[in-house]
Amino acid sequence: MTFVAKFLKDARVMAGDLRHRKIIRAALGNYEIARDKRKASFQSWESARQLAAETKWDALNHLDKYLVEFTAKIEARGTKVHWASTAAQAREIILQIVRDKKAKSVIKSKAMTAEEIHLNDAFEHAGLNVVENDLGEFIVQLRHEAPYHIVFPSMHLTRGEISELFQRELGSAPTNDPEELTMIARRALRKKFLTADIGITGANFAIAETGMISITENEGNARLTAALPKTMISLLGIEKILPKLGDLALFLPMLATAGTGQPLTCYNTMYGGPRQPGESDGPEEWHVVLLDNHRTELLADAEQRDALHCIRCGACLNACPIFKNIGGHTYGTVYSGPIGSVITPHLRGLQDWKHLSNASSLCGACTEACPVKIDLHHHLLQNRRNAAAQQPTFKEQIGFKSFVQLANHPKLWAFAKKFARLTQPLQKLVKGTRLDPGYHWTQTRDLPEIAPETFKDWWRKRK
Amino acid sequence: MTEREKILARVREALKVAAPLPGSHGETHLPTSAKTVSTPRQWLPKVGETFEEQLALFQKNAAELKADFQLFTSRDELKAALAKISAAENWKRIASHRGELIDSVSGSLDLPICFMDKNYDIIELEMCDVGISECDALVAQTGSVLVTNRSAGGRALSVLPPHHVVLARREQLVADLPAAFELLQQKYAGNFPSMISFITGPSRTGDIERILVLGAHGPKKMTIFCF
Repeated sequence: MTFVAKFLKDARVMAGDLRHRKIIRAALGNYEIARDKRKASFQSWESARQLAAETKWDALNHLDKYLVEFTAKIEARGTKVHWASTAAQAREIILQIVRDKKAKSVIKSKAMTAEEIHLNDAFEHAGLNVVENDLGEFIVQLRHEAPYHIVFPSMHLTRGEISELFQRELGSAPTNDPEELTMIARRALRKKFLTADIGITGANFAIAETGMISITENEGNARLTAALPKTMISLLGIEKILPKLGDLALFLPMLATAGTGQPLTCYNTMYGGPRQPGESDGPEEWHVVLLDNHRTELLADAEQRDALHCIRCGACLNACPIFKNIGGHTYGTVYSGPIGSVITPHLRGLQDWKHLSNASSLCGACTEACPVKIDLHHHLLQNRRNAAAQQPTFKEQIGFKSFVQLANHPKLWAFAKKFARLTQPLQKLVKGTRLDPGYHWTQTRDLPEIAPETFKDWWRKRK
Repeated sequence: MTEREKILARVREALKVAAPLPGSHGETHLPTSAKTVSTPRQWLPKVGETFEEQLALFQKNAAELKADFQLFTSRDELKAALAKISAAENWKRIASHRGELIDSVSGSLDLPICFMDKNYDIIELEMCDVGISECDALVAQTGSVLVTNRSAGGRALSVLPPHHVVLARREQLVADLPAAFELLQQKYAGNFPSMISFITGPSRTGDIERILVLGAHGPKKMTIFCF
């Protein structure tokens, strides 16, 4: 099945799934209240957005300079920096470290970039084991499924489903209490933390000025991942750069506000190297893997370059009427929602993924929600334009060519109108079936009845 | 050519074409310079100017975060409060680190203390009931405690034990996040600790039906004693 066929099939099922809708509404309802309260606490959320967008603009449009500065600073503190042009290279770099260290146990805190390169699958194929330690990621890993949402990986599940999962996979007693369920996971994962040889993290920001990465989280799992194992690996896209340490004073509260509706998430931690002389703990070795994986191609598209501003807060997903109706898994992509629809064609091919740009009402809610002002809904339009220019579909070509002929010849136009009026009743006989020429339109929409009289005729009579 | 050179070459090639300025929807006439003259401070949530206002804000934020913030008038009061909470929670083992403030008050506890200043055994830390640390700053704007692995006993002390107790002095209160970053620059420029963390309340998660649960992987309880 093609990507588009699977998308259409899944979207149709999910859009009619009332249970799914109820779960997502409840989860996002609480989020919206918290987010709006936090936004209102800013002296000016709008100005903060503009400053954040300008800061990211500066970072991306001088990316070469900042990458050189970042790596020089972080290497000076004893960090090993690896560069990966492709997902395969990044996987191989990480697996090689794991093999070199003869690691028995690897833990990983939540990282969308690791999802992007399908790191867990690579571990599995190599016969190695990696345990997710963010609660939501742990849950979806136990279910062998992809995260549902870039910030809330398990938001599509009820406590009952999670309880059943824990009973089956962890042998725990049944409970419907979210606190007890959390404690079951805490106990199971605490053992992993204490014995892991390698900890893998992502990063939310990379600071050029001081050579640090910054990790935003609530649970403390990333803190533990960066504290206990002897070797630490951090995987990040090259676009994560921020010029100055002080920029975090803006980005940390904005990420929390847009992402979860918190003033600041529980832990916002900057790492500038492995354990330094005189320090009592932390990894002896730290590897930072910088990933391109088509980011430079997106960078080369000046029109859509701002898509690389994305701080992965998920605000556009939460605001999107399409996301709320079809859900995160339907997209079939690592990055779902509006930002996923914009960047996936760049990461995985325009023709295969152009349908996501069509699955939009272009309402602009995503653009308004974005804390770094990515022009999301215009980029969806640009993707549509680029897809058609690159490879026009036969049907569209015929359609538009015929329309040009019709519109340029008044007699032909008049005939077409008469013909349509006469044949429209026949359409009713085949409506909603494959025989209907307007099948894709009419299976979910009514075709308006053509007026019995044209405007021209009416005008002529009136005179 | 190394991968580094290849990636940087692709970046430089890509940047030959200028991108439209942010917020301009593809038109270039809006902001005239890439960087308007503004700083985060003027847009972030407002913080009162006086020390009392800032202290009150920190107190309010800590309460919302479900952290227990207690203010004392003297070091002796703090010492007594520490002894009281130790008895109430029946602490048996404590993890901590060397520091002027800690050394001056921990004597009141009369319990074995695992110090995290040098190599330590992780299993010993895991067995402790509480981690007591100092901090670099308290941030009024967000109710955060700023710690580094140099000022607060390493990377694990403030996150592994089930209860984190922070000892602070009033003068460590800063108004907002920009001030906290300025303080870090002043205190450590040129030689930053390898870990710097803003801790904003006890560890939490909302991954099950977006319902708040405290103590996901880090401490379930956070207490801030300030004098």
